[in-house]
Amino acid sequence: MVKVDFKLIDKILERYDYDKGNIIAIMQAIQEEYRYLPQAALEYVAEKIGVSMAKIFGVATFYENFSMDAKGKYVIKVCRGTACHVRKSANVLEAVYEATGLSEGKPSTEDGLFTVEIVSCLGACGLAPVVVVNDEVHSKMTPEKAQALISELKAKEGMR
Amino acid sequence: MRTKLNNRAEFQAVQAKYEAIHNSANRKILVCCGNGCVSSGSLKLYEEMKTAVKASGLKCVVELMEEPEKDAVNVKKTGCIGFCEMGPLVKIEPEGWLYTKVQISDIPEIIESTIMKGEFVSRLAYRNSGILAKKQSEIPFYNKQTRRMLNYCGNIDCESIEDYIGIGGYSAAVKAIFDMTPEQVVEEVIESGIRGRGGAGYPTGKKWSQVAANKNADVKYIVCNGDEGDPGAFMDGSTMEGTPHKVLEGMIIAGIACEAEEAYIYVRAEYPLSVSRLSMAIEQATEMGLLGDNILGSGKNFHIHINQGAGAFVCGEGSAMTNSIEGNRGMPRAKLYHQVDVGLYGKPTCLNNVETFANIPDIINHGAAWFKSVGTEGSTGTKAFALTGNVNNTGIIEVPMGITLREVVVGIGGGIKNYQDFKAVQIGGPSGGCLTYEHLDLPLDFDSLKSVGAIIGSGGLVVMDENTCMVDTARFFMNFICKESCGKCTPCREGTTRMKQILEDICNGEGTMEDLDELEEIARMMEKSSLCGLGKTAANPVLSTLANFRNEYEEHISEKLCRAGVCQKLSQKVYAINAATCIGCTKCARNCPVEAITGQIKTPHVIDASKCIKCGTCMEGCPAGAIYIENGRKGNVKY
Ligand SMILES: Cc1cc2nc3c(=O)[nH]c(=O)nc-3n(C[C@H](O)[C@H](O)[C@H](O)COP(=O)(O)O)c2cc1C
Ligand code: SF4
Ligand code: SF4
Ligand code: SF4
Ligand code: FES
Ligand code: FES
Repeated sequence: MVKVDFKLIDKILERYDYDKGNIIAIMQAIQEEYRYLPQAALEYVAEKIGVSMAKIFGVATFYENFSMDAKGKYVIKVCRGTACHVRKSANVLEAVYEATGLSEGKPSTEDGLFTVEIVSCLGACGLAPVVVVNDEVHSKMTPEKAQALISELKAKEGMR
Repeated sequence: MRTKLNNRAEFQAVQAKYEAIHNSANRKILVCCGNGCVSSGSLKLYEEMKTAVKASGLKCVVELMEEPEKDAVNVKKTGCIGFCEMGPLVKIEPEGWLYTKVQISDIPEIIESTIMKGEFVSRLAYRNSGILAKKQSEIPFYNKQTRRMLNYCGNIDCESIEDYIGIGGYSAAVKAIFDMTPEQVVEEVIESGIRGRGGAGYPTGKKWSQVAANKNADVKYIVCNGDEGDPGAFMDGSTMEGTPHKVLEGMIIAGIACEAEEAYIYVRAEYPLSVSRLSMAIEQATEMGLLGDNILGSGKNFHIHINQGAGAFVCGEGSAMTNSIEGNRGMPRAKLYHQVDVGLYGKPTCLNNVETFANIPDIINHGAAWFKSVGTEGSTGTKAFALTGNVNNTGIIEVPMGITLREVVVGIGGGIKNYQDFKAVQIGGPSGGCLTYEHLDLPLDFDSLKSVGAIIGSGGLVVMDENTCMVDTARFFMNFICKESCGKCTPCREGTTRMKQILEDICNGEGTMEDLDELEEIARMMEKSSLCGLGKTAANPVLSTLANFRNEYEEHISEKLCRAGVCQKLSQKVYAINAATCIGCTKCARNCPVEAITGQIKTPHVIDASKCIKCGTCMEGCPAGAIYIENGRKGNVKY
């Protein structure tokens, strides 16, 4: 569990004028900081800008990008957009799932190392299939390259 | 900090200054920093290039705030040059040379040969079947295009308002502000015939006149749709990050026409680069007095805000976007009113697509007649497409409306990759359809496409070869749509779920012929009774693959065969050699493009099914007729 720094949340709220209409932008800023939306932060926001938790949850759960669960140290985004699909990104996704032991129903590893997400088009279709690890883009992927990439990350973390 | 310009004369003086700089003979190195090239490492390349230029004792200018000395080298960061697959790209001006796949290790040679001695580094040139192309204009991928909307993209520094002004930027906005009445602006846009580039193709001028007609509204909004939901299209992203000022300028002109002062750009969450470049552009334009209050002392105001999406395809729909900007769940609203009358915050709202706005400055500058000089009668101007999939050249292209599919796939795309056969083009994303061999000579415009059950949509063009399974393609889009359905209305929520289930069954070999009828029935129901465009068009990929490739559906169902070899649970076609008749002439082994065939001379040859790409070359050439096709399963075929 991360500890939420309320001063930081205050700063974000200030930047957005404590305006209810900016709730999406506020949550985006919080997620940028913690890489997910900590419950405590949302409760704090709800109170400060005067909206119900139900409304905040409603908005947060509607949008794919908001996550209520902590994410792994390495967030691996596998593009499943059309251009990547016709260049066989399904096989790449399968390889990533296999190498991390994850699946669509279980997106993060218990050790907090990996989160695998499916995204639709990262705007680099010319280089399909594309996989993004945190902010680093890996282009023209194959199942073999995906496996090697994850082995490399594991090795970096001293795992085998 | 830039100096604020207080009137038109000051703007013109600044423009003259930057124009002169732009036209100067100074050496320029343009490093592509579009999304594709950034993915290939071009930001580092750009930084290293600057360092290397300085280290070599040359004067290096980055920002064009002041006039550079005569011998200074100008290193620029551009938007997508269009040929992302060959990235990172570097262009050398004034010669116009294009270097491809440039690595940091290539920098010393570029500086030494090209910058110091003016020599071309042929090692880095693009080669088309062995023929070397020095300049962009010598490459077929480019010289068959008509780049108008994207004319600056890749040619100027995308993070510099000075560069944009120097090439003529903001002169259209200035003209609209000072020389034209709102009515005249609307009139010119109507006359140009431009139709919205976001999908539906609604006439832009007509929309503007409807918003303008709300004379008594206290507030009106201009909204730019940069949500680009089609998963496989990236023209709008390229435009926003490559020529952000052109989008802003188009929006300012819309503001003049509709007499609106507040504006939003809604950018898809996956485009952080677009957000940062647009924010930078807004900041620069505000500093110079081209945005904000009292623009150039004209008394006109215009403010642009950026909203970042949070990953919901349906937010590309107008009323859902309105909800999202207002901070709600992004669900569409029932259409009691039109957005042009009652839109964002209940006020008259003009919503247009990124590309639509980016076309406007040229219409005002060069006139409606110029705009209409390309394209067809019903679809004027040019259109940007994201050409992707199994073609040799992928990237962003801009072509006249009405160009044939053949010219795009063969002429610009350079044909199908790896000598495979063309099968289909999926156009218009999840609301679109597929075009096949028989549509190769169909003109790409709004009305022709509609007549064959496809749409231009936002402009995604995915080329598919014979190794693509059309049932799987339909399932792919339905899967996407099913996930993205907001769930507000039953037909769409239940319909997409059921269709996805049926398609999955068919791909797994558990489908029945009755399923095909059910698919069509659900499609009709969804089209009639869904609340928003997402549900109304969701079945299009299914209907269009059913219409064009019904035989593939039937093979999946009755023969349990996936001819493309995509559906893992089904049989596929495999090439095999009959050992009894093979005379061991080795011809097939020599001809196979992927070296899938092995064997000693005068002994029977074998095909490695895991390597074979099913091109059929071997079978065509075999003098003994020993090669045949059989149905087998992937992985366990033995010969
Ligand atoms: C589900 C759905 C998604 C849409 N996505 C987009 C989009 O990503 N970008 C876009 O410009 N228009 C999109 N549209 C179309 C918009 O609703 C709207 O028609 C368009 O932005 C108007 O601009 P235009 O007239 O300049 O094309 C979408 C429509 C629907 C129904
Ligand atoms: S058609 Fe689909 S996306 Fe549109 S409102 Fe209904 S459920 Fe939502
Ligand atoms: S071309 Fe035909 S006969 Fe010659 S080696 Fe190949 S299969 Fe055998
Ligand atoms: S079809 Fe024949 S020539 Fe073509 S890849 Fe397969 S084995 Fe090689
Ligand atoms: S489809 Fe994967 S990057 Fe566009
Ligand atoms: S991003 Fe460089 S060519 Fe497209």
